[in-house]
Amino acid sequence: MVPLFYYLVLSGILFACGVTGFLIKRNIITIFMSIELMLNGVNLSFVAFAAQWHALSGQVFVFFVMVVAAAEAAVGLAIIIAVFRTRETLNVDKVDLLKL
Amino acid sequence: MLHLVLFTVFGLICVAGAINLLVQTHPINSALSLVVVMGSLAVEYLLLGAEFVAAVQVIVYAGAIMVLFVFVIMLLNAGAEERSKGSIVALMLGVPGMLVGSILTAWVLVKHSGTQPVALGALPGHPKDIAQLLFHDFLLPFEVTSILVLIAIMGAVVLASRPESIEKTKKEN
Amino acid sequence: MATSLNDMMQTVPQWSDYIRILPEIVLSLFGMAVMMLDAVMDESKSQKALGAVALIGAFGAIGATLYQAQYPFGYGFWEMVRVDAFSIFFHFIVAAVTAVVILASFEYMEVQRIRAGEYYGLILFGAVGMSLMSSAVELVLIFIALEISSIATYILAGFRRRSATSSESSLKYFLLGSFATAFFLYGVALMFGATGSTSIFAISRSLESGNISLLAYAGLAFMFVGLGFKVAAAPFHVWTPDVYEGAPSPVVAFMSTAPKAAVFAVLLRVIFEINSPVPTRMWLIWIVAALSMTIGNIAALVQNNVKRLLAYSSIAHAGYILVAFAALPSSGIPAAMFYTAAYAAMNVGAFAVISHFGGEGERYVTMEDYAGLGKRSPLLAVTLTIFLLSLIGIPATGGFFAKFYVFSAALQANLVGLVIIGVLNSAIGAYYYLRIIVAMYMHEPKQEAPVAPIPMGAGLALAISVVVTIYLGVIPGRVLNYAQQSVSELTPVGQVVSLQAPHAVEARMATNVKKALAH
Repeated sequence: MVPLFYYLVLSGILFACGVTGFLIKRNIITIFMSIELMLNGVNLSFVAFAAQWHALSGQVFVFFVMVVAAAEAAVGLAIIIAVFRTRETLNVDKVDLLKL
Repeated sequence: MLHLVLFTVFGLICVAGAINLLVQTHPINSALSLVVVMGSLAVEYLLLGAEFVAAVQVIVYAGAIMVLFVFVIMLLNAGAEERSKGSIVALMLGVPGMLVGSILTAWVLVKHSGTQPVALGALPGHPKDIAQLLFHDFLLPFEVTSILVLIAIMGAVVLASRPESIEKTKKEN
Repeated sequence: MATSLNDMMQTVPQWSDYIRILPEIVLSLFGMAVMMLDAVMDESKSQKALGAVALIGAFGAIGATLYQAQYPFGYGFWEMVRVDAFSIFFHFIVAAVTAVVILASFEYMEVQRIRAGEYYGLILFGAVGMSLMSSAVELVLIFIALEISSIATYILAGFRRRSATSSESSLKYFLLGSFATAFFLYGVALMFGATGSTSIFAISRSLESGNISLLAYAGLAFMFVGLGFKVAAAPFHVWTPDVYEGAPSPVVAFMSTAPKAAVFAVLLRVIFEINSPVPTRMWLIWIVAALSMTIGNIAALVQNNVKRLLAYSSIAHAGYILVAFAALPSSGIPAAMFYTAAYAAMNVGAFAVISHFGGEGERYVTMEDYAGLGKRSPLLAVTLTIFLLSLIGIPATGGFFAKFYVFSAALQANLVGLVIIGVLNSAIGAYYYLRIIVAMYMHEPKQEAPVAPIPMGAGLALAISVVVTIYLGVIPGRVLNYAQQSVSELTPVGQVVSLQAPHAVEARMATNVKKALAH
């Protein structure tokens, strides 16, 4: 028997790692991978909560999240390719025609 | 006991992979550590009894999405990350904001379900029941994802195709 | 296991289920039709034809919405969607904005040499997501619909393929948008953990019955952060100016109104349906509203690029709408709905002007380019002036009543501080909108050449926006009544208080206008 709390903490750690990566990484592809890491953390909490409530639906949500993540990955990587073509760089700090 | 041992081992592998993703400078190393995270998460799903999710995790996430990532990294010939100074303001606001957010969330999680234990394979995960949910109760979201996938295909085609005349040298502004 | 015929009937969607998603069906069918036609038609001739098909689709969606309004309201697809006056209001906004944006894109496509098939297809599919968001009552469906609308707009932002700024805008929008999506999703997960369900009504029941766990608050906060990104509310607004500056102008017209309206619909449903008296939650909205108004207006003061200026102004307007969220549900909901409608009309119009005036490659977007527009193209200048006056909130335009209802709703809830901040901000806002008007009429033009005459598509788009803006400013009663009617379906019975004072003012306004016309 493992306390549910452990699973939630693990998912929280993954989510926080994803947020950190989003903030500190400079390579666009790695930043995008950090977002995937956040989604993985969310998925684990969905499944853990599903175990808590004995609800099957939690697993179905994870399935939908994966579909969305796949669609997002396809579009995101295409955008990255388009940016690379015009700017020849993968460093976010050098993609700076528009001032932030 | 077995449950706890397995949870701890794979949980640690998972966290190690996540931290490695942050530490590595070359994107391919980060991508491979993300695969490690996803693989060990699949084991955690199995421990909870979500066989369906575990299988989809390996097939879709580790199998399809990560291959796409690795493919693009290779295609663009991405090198090691350059160390450039990011926006100081973003760090000044982002890091404390994140710390406060994580502490608050951790506190909420601690408060929530202190010691409710879950048994090994606690989830009812019969594929037939999942199919019932997916194709009946969640029929509309399921159908709507087809629009989502259609958009993703169109987007990939539009954005990744080479425009007829690219004006690389001429920058606006 | 044998299933009887009766069981079979219940497991198959009924006719009524399909009617409840009729606008979405119409939009998707036309989106597919556009893609099919694009494949078979000659590329040089297809632009206008594809636009016409897409336009029929958008008007078909308006028709489908009107049909839905006649049909009895209720749930569809096993409590996944709910059609009521509230969702029909937002369906209508989304479909109308889609139609106007398609009209405004007619000539833009040819001037900028953009491939039309994918463009119109993505606009229609994006609209599917947006209208689904406003009728969905299940967080997972809301999430998928949100992603449909977001991913479609990420792609549309990068549609000026020859320009590096456009793909950069697309990248920034994509990265920050998916980051926000992850936050929203974590909120959904926590909410699911707190209540064991993702249906908004089930969550609401579960929160009403027992003591509310902290987990539910955390979930709501995370969801609010995620949705705050999407509506460009203040601490989460950094992407807005860059994305709006780089994206094609008709796309900005689209993404600054329709998805925002849809996300506001989700916020209204979630916040008011999960109806528990929680002061902390209101404070969060209070702070975000005040920050959005202040940051948006002050940053807009120093902008020279008109698209960037309007981006900051849209942050400020998101703040005004959030003021209504901080108010009581009874008066706040109709005020927010009315504001969304008025904002959609005037902002789409303003960006339609910008997209026509910008010319090839969107060259003319700075304040200096707009100098002397009153002489070079009086008609264009007059229309832009009407939209800007409405954005300021001058009487006889939709913007006036929008601000009026929002602030009076806030006053009813005793949010005096917020109203003072809002009114001060409106005064600041007037300055930079007037700066454009002054430049257009008082300054000498940089170049004498007359602007290209307004073509038919853009002309129609402008005409519709002007008519709606003025209509909402002169006779707002009908729209407001409809918005108030939908409140009773959103909140528990007994809380509905009609806005008495605004009606009186509105009557006075109407007589004033009649007098003015008589003279």
